[in-house]
This record gives sequence, structure tokens and C-alpha cells, in this order.
Amino acid sequence: MRHTTPADGAGAPSLETRSVDKSFGAVEALKDVSLTVHAGRVHTLLGENGAGKSTLMKILAGVYVPSRGRILLEGKETVFAGPRDARRQGISVVYQELSLANNLSVAENIYANHQPHRFGIVNRRQLLLDTRKLLTSLGITLDAETPVSDLSMAQRQLVELAKALSYRSRLLLLDEPTSSLSHSEVDMLFGVMERLTAQGKAVIYISHRLEEIMRISDKISVMRDGRLLCTLPKQDTSLDELIALMVGREMRHLYPLRRAEPPVAGPPMLDVKGLSFCGQLHAVEFSVRGGEVLGIFGLIGSGRTQVMKALFGIRRAAGEILIDGQPVLLRSPADAIAHDIAYVTENRKEEGLVLGHSVTRNINMVYFQHGGARFGVVNASAEARMTRDALSRLKIRTASPEQAVGELSGGNQQKIVFSKWMGLRPRIFILDEPTRGIDVGARYEIYTVIRELAAAGTAVILVSSDLPEVLSMSDRLLVMREQRIVKELGTAGLSQEEVMSYATGAVSA
Amino acid sequence: MIPSKPEVANTGNVAPVVSGAPRRRSAGWVKQYGGILTGLLVLVVLFWRLSRNFMAVGNLLNIVLQVSITAVLAFGMTYVLLLGEIDLSVGATVALTGTVAALGLEHGLWLWIVLPLALLAGLALGAINGVLSSLLSIPSFIVTLATMGVFRGLAYILSAGVPITVENERFVRLGNGSLLSVPLPIWTLLVLFVANQFILSKTVFGRKVYLAGGNPEAALYSGVNVRGLRTLIFMLSGLMAGISGVLLTARLYSAQPNAGMGYELDAIAAAALGGTSLSGGYGTVTGTLVGALIIGVINNGMNLLSVPYFYQLIVKGLVILAAVGIDVQSKKHRS
Repeated sequence: MRHTTPADGAGAPSLETRSVDKSFGAVEALKDVSLTVHAGRVHTLLGENGAGKSTLMKILAGVYVPSRGRILLEGKETVFAGPRDARRQGISVVYQELSLANNLSVAENIYANHQPHRFGIVNRRQLLLDTRKLLTSLGITLDAETPVSDLSMAQRQLVELAKALSYRSRLLLLDEPTSSLSHSEVDMLFGVMERLTAQGKAVIYISHRLEEIMRISDKISVMRDGRLLCTLPKQDTSLDELIALMVGREMRHLYPLRRAEPPVAGPPMLDVKGLSFCGQLHAVEFSVRGGEVLGIFGLIGSGRTQVMKALFGIRRAAGEILIDGQPVLLRSPADAIAHDIAYVTENRKEEGLVLGHSVTRNINMVYFQHGGARFGVVNASAEARMTRDALSRLKIRTASPEQAVGELSGGNQQKIVFSKWMGLRPRIFILDEPTRGIDVGARYEIYTVIRELAAAGTAVILVSSDLPEVLSMSDRLLVMREQRIVKELGTAGLSQEEVMSYATGAVSA
Repeated sequence: MIPSKPEVANTGNVAPVVSGAPRRRSAGWVKQYGGILTGLLVLVVLFWRLSRNFMAVGNLLNIVLQVSITAVLAFGMTYVLLLGEIDLSVGATVALTGTVAALGLEHGLWLWIVLPLALLAGLALGAINGVLSSLLSIPSFIVTLATMGVFRGLAYILSAGVPITVENERFVRLGNGSLLSVPLPIWTLLVLFVANQFILSKTVFGRKVYLAGGNPEAALYSGVNVRGLRTLIFMLSGLMAGISGVLLTARLYSAQPNAGMGYELDAIAAAALGGTSLSGGYGTVTGTLVGALIIGVINNGMNLLSVPYFYQLIVKGLVILAAVGIDVQSKKHRS
């Protein structure tokens, strides 16, 4: 493995971190990260979700204080007291989510926090003058007085960039700025980035799109499991090498064994045809058989969750959904539930649980409406039985069935989300990131349940951005990118590298 | 200097203070109602020591009688608050439904027509609130602030601004008659208390209310029609206000266009005293009833002690603040 090459004729180091660690409680998010970013260069951070890129970025932006290690700015050691202090010292950040006020103009947004004023009254002429000067220097052609609500997503992204650069900055941090942009819009953004580096500024760039990274970067640092593996000059590396470095983790014995015999090839239980809604999904088609685990892999923003929301009646989409060959109309979650579809959502706290309510209440959240009641009156003993069964079947650890769910660990909370659907014996089970943020033990138990469900003939759709997980758990895998299904793969003998290359667009399907 | 934008407080995903329905065992019962019941007891003992007349059976019944009208309103308000909404129009609904009943009687309608008519009017007024807030997504605070004015105005127009006297004896008995020497409004209160307690704790409908109030997103993903439920809840609140309107009109022998002024605030105070969370998901009608009784005991006790009305207002305000403050703090420490 190669290590940081000495400054190859680039500008002086603009920013350095030396052996930076960051832990949250017992979790080590960053371990011994030493990064050197040179002036006038685009330096890319690459890694899977959860590799530590965002944590590193937040340390550089002054949001987090490192647990150990030093930060050097132009050779001098420094400490960022907070985001404002980092900005004062010349670090500008553009986050993935836009932070613009749509009702205000371009100029008002760019100088939102430091409008030129006299005695508290905004000097409008000066504001417009400054804005035009800044936009010209960046090569952005936008009218300073246009309201942001009239701009396209790409133009808003540029305004966000100009806003970050309205402070005197020497280093710009960009977190996935292209995830919502089209090709020509990306070109526009890259043009601005080239201008910045020509002015001697350093840019740290975070992205999942490998082909773009190869275009714009001067250096690429690969992160994995909280460590900075290596930093490579672009000309010395290749897409294949980068992918191998990114996923290189070994498959551990985290997964229950597969059944000996593959699922029986029967007719599809669920058939999805031409599912689209404008700009967010493009003609998604797939089918699942009973007893099969269908994996869906894609990076954040690839449209995975949108498909599941359409299947569950949360979002209306064009296209056809067939269950057992019969077209069905799913206008609400109630419709989907009536068709025996269950959905474990990606955010258990937001969409899955009522944190202050008891374990019993949460486990029976759906059951009490379907079968757990007679003449509109809830059957308390049936609920108690459901709760007992769920607690023992999923090994949920709780002080009592009356304990508030918010007091339980993430793994136990997730098991409760599972059990609220399992009592209904759904035929189609959608799992969106079912193991996010839970420990290895709870994961194994959830994987075991998934296997049992499939063995009992349930059609399981497993959506995940955890590659080893989808590879180990699914019988078949769909890869999504840019709101499309780009590839269908059998998982037998499939490598992480191959999947990642489709998901990032390094190989076109 | 440019004033900096105030930052929105972010409380994060901390589990809310646990109170309300999910616990139903003796220990849970004490934990849930212990605080306010103790409060009620302390007040009763205090006024008993201070005033000879307080503990007389007649006076105690009088307290419940005085409380009955706002308590019925507060039952409806409990549903609304459980969903995280608010209904400011209930006081005006009392006046308008009372006026409708009195006008019906004045025009010689049969009593068994007039009563359903007044209750239907309450349901319809609630439906207006519900449809405006759930289908048009206008916040219920604004919707009911507006309809509070509209309903009150209608009551003034229908009654031409003067009280309408009711002479139908059977109607008047609803407010002034007795059964087994207990006044009829107290019977009404008891029946509605039992019914609402049952609906909220035992039925699918009640469970949906707690679920949708505790986490509307989770309710949606569990197949609950949250918008439809919200409309129904406002109709229920309107119905309770209609019943209160009938009781008040009967008790006063007349419908008055300015009746029920400010009752919405008493109803909210009773529910809040009883431990109902104003952000939804937690609370019971049992708590609300105790809350209403606390307010009634304070009013009655201070009257017996001849505390001037202006001072009564201040004491009442302080007691509400202190009681809810203690309740919130103690539940925070326990969970």
C-alpha cells in the first residue's frame, strides 16, 4: 500500500491533520487520520457510507473537536473553537443539504450573515456591488437580484458555493455537491472549482461518483472504517484500484448460513412495471417471488427509498404494481397493508416508533387495527400474547412490556419495529436499511429472522447500502443509480467490487 | 449591528416525558395520577380547615355541578390536544349551539328534535374546523381562532344580540333537575366521562388517537388515515361543546350570545392540569376530570373565603403554573 507522496511541486500545504482521532462514547469514528491538503489542488475523500468522511469534514469545519491529534493551517498549529471560528480562519463549507432561504434574492442569500450595513441598515447598493464582483470572480453568471426560488437546483448549488466563498477563504470543503446535478450542471460546477484552484485555494471534495472524481481530483484519499488508508495522486491510480481499496473489508462471519436449496422458481408474488415519477424515478421494473430475498443496493440518493415509498402507497407513482398477477392500486399505507405488504422504514425513530409509548403499544401498533380488535374494541389479552411472542421470538431485552421504547437500545428498538409487522404475517416484507446503527449481535438476530421469513414463503425486499449485508443475505441483487435500476445480478460468487462499480457508474451496465 | 436570527431550539430525539395512557397497572396508576390527586386532596383539606361550609355535601355537589360544563368541554379538548392540535372555538360553539336549541324551542319544535339538532350543530361546527385544518392544512390554532369569531358572530346574529328565554320545562330540567338527589348535569358528566375513558383506553379509535398524536409519521406508516382522524376529532370536540351548550342553556333558562366566553381556556387548563401534553400523544380524560375538579375547588373555596375576584384570577393562574410545572418536572426525573 502506498503512502502520501511528498509535495509533488504543488503549493505549500494549506491544511494538515496529524494523527487525528475522534470517538463518540465507545465508538471510534476516526482513527489516526493524517491528511495533507495543498493549496491550489482538489483533494478528494473517498469511502463507503460510514467510512468516516463526514466526521473528518466536520472536524475540519469546526463542528467537532478531535479527541486527539493536531490541526495545522499553513504550517501553524490551530484549534477551531466552532464553525464560526473555522470560517474566520478561512475554511468554507458547502454541505450536501442546501441552506438557502428561497424567498430571498441571490445577493441576500450569499451575504445572509454579513450584509454590508451602516448602523444596522443594509446598504443595498454595496450588497449588489459585492455580489456581482464575487459572482464575476467565480465565473458564475447569475443576476444578483433574482429570488432563489426561481433558480434551478444547479444554480442554487452555485449560490451556495458563492455564499461559502463570500468569506475570505483559503480552503473550500464540498460534500457531495453533484448528487442532484445533471451532466452539464456538473461541468459548470467543475469550471468554478478550477477557477478557485487557479486562485491558489485548496478544495476538499467528497463524492461517490468515481468518474467525476477521476476528472476533477488532483489527489485522492481513500477512507475505510474510520482510517485514512492511503493518499494517491490521480495519475497513479485507477478506478479498479479505488473500488478495491474502498470495499476491501473482509466478509466476516456475521451472517446466518444460507439454506441448502435455492428458492423454488415460482410465479412472481410482486411485479413492478414502469414505476416512475417525474425526475425522481425512471421506469423501475422488477419482480419478487415468494421465498426469495431480493437485495436492492444503491448509494444515498440513488432512488431506493422512493421505490419503496411508492410500493407502500406513501407516494403516488405512474406505472403498474401487480400482486399474484393482479394489478393493485396502492393509494395509502392502509391499502398496502390490506394487500399484506409490510414496510420497515429506514428511520425507526421518525417513521417506525412512538418513543414515549410502551413496548406493548409499539409492538401492537398495526395489529390493534387488524385482527387485534373485536367490534372496535382492542383485545388486551391478544395484545399481551402478541407482545410475549415477539419478545421471546426476537430476544428483545426490556425491563417490562410497559417500558417506554425510547429507553431501549437501537437494536432492541429495531426488533420492535420488526415485530410490529411480523404479527400480521405479511406476504411481502420491505426492509429499508434494517440494520442501520445497531450492534453485531442484534444484526445477527435480525438476519436470522429474515432467513426464517423467506423460508416460510415471504417475499423479502432488502434495501441496503451495506454491501457485505446485501451480498450475504440476498438471492438476487438489483443495483440502483441515479433513480434507475442499472443492473440485475445473481449474488452467487458476486464480488463487492463489481457491485460498487455499477453503483458508482464506473462501469455502465 | 444586525440582530442575529434567533436559533430554533432543537430538542432532538429525546423520548418525551412519559405520561398518559400506555400504563395501566396499579403502580402505573399512582405514577400517572398520584401528583394531581395529591394536589386535589391538599386543596380540599386546606379549604376544609379554612372554611366550615366547604365539606358540606351540598357544597361538594355544587362544585361538581359548576365544573360539569367546562369538564365536558375539556373531554373534547383532550382528544384535540392528544392529536397535538388545539380548538379555541369551543366557547363560541357553546353559545351558538345553545342559541340553536333555544330558537328551536321558541319555534315550537319538539324537544326530541331540538336536542339532536343542537348536537348536530356542534358536530357540523367541529367538522368545519376539522376540514379546514386537515384538508387545507391550515394550523388548527389559526382555523379555530377564526371560527371562534365566526361562530360567536353567528350566535349574536341569530339571537339578535339578546338572551332567548327558554320556557320548555323538560328542557330546563336537564340543567336543574335531579336524579337520586344528584343534579342531572353531574349525571351527564359521569356518563360522558365513562364513555370517553372507554373510547380512549379500549377502542381502536382511541388507540389511533394516541398513535397519531405520539408520532404522526409512524401512524401514517402503520396505515392510519391521519387526516381523516383529525377531522373526526374536531367533530367530537364540537359534539362535546354542543352538549355543554345544551346544559348551559338549560341551567340558565336562556340562551345568551355571550355565553361560554373564555371557556376554551378553562378547558385547556383542565386538560393541562390533568397531565395532557399540548404537543400530543399523552393524556387521559381521567386526568382532565381531576384537573377540572382542581379548578372548581379553587374557585369555590376562594368564594367561600370571600377572596376578591381579581385576586382569584391571580391565584388560579399561579396554581395552574405550579401544578403543571411540578408534574412535568417529576415525570422528567422518573423516566
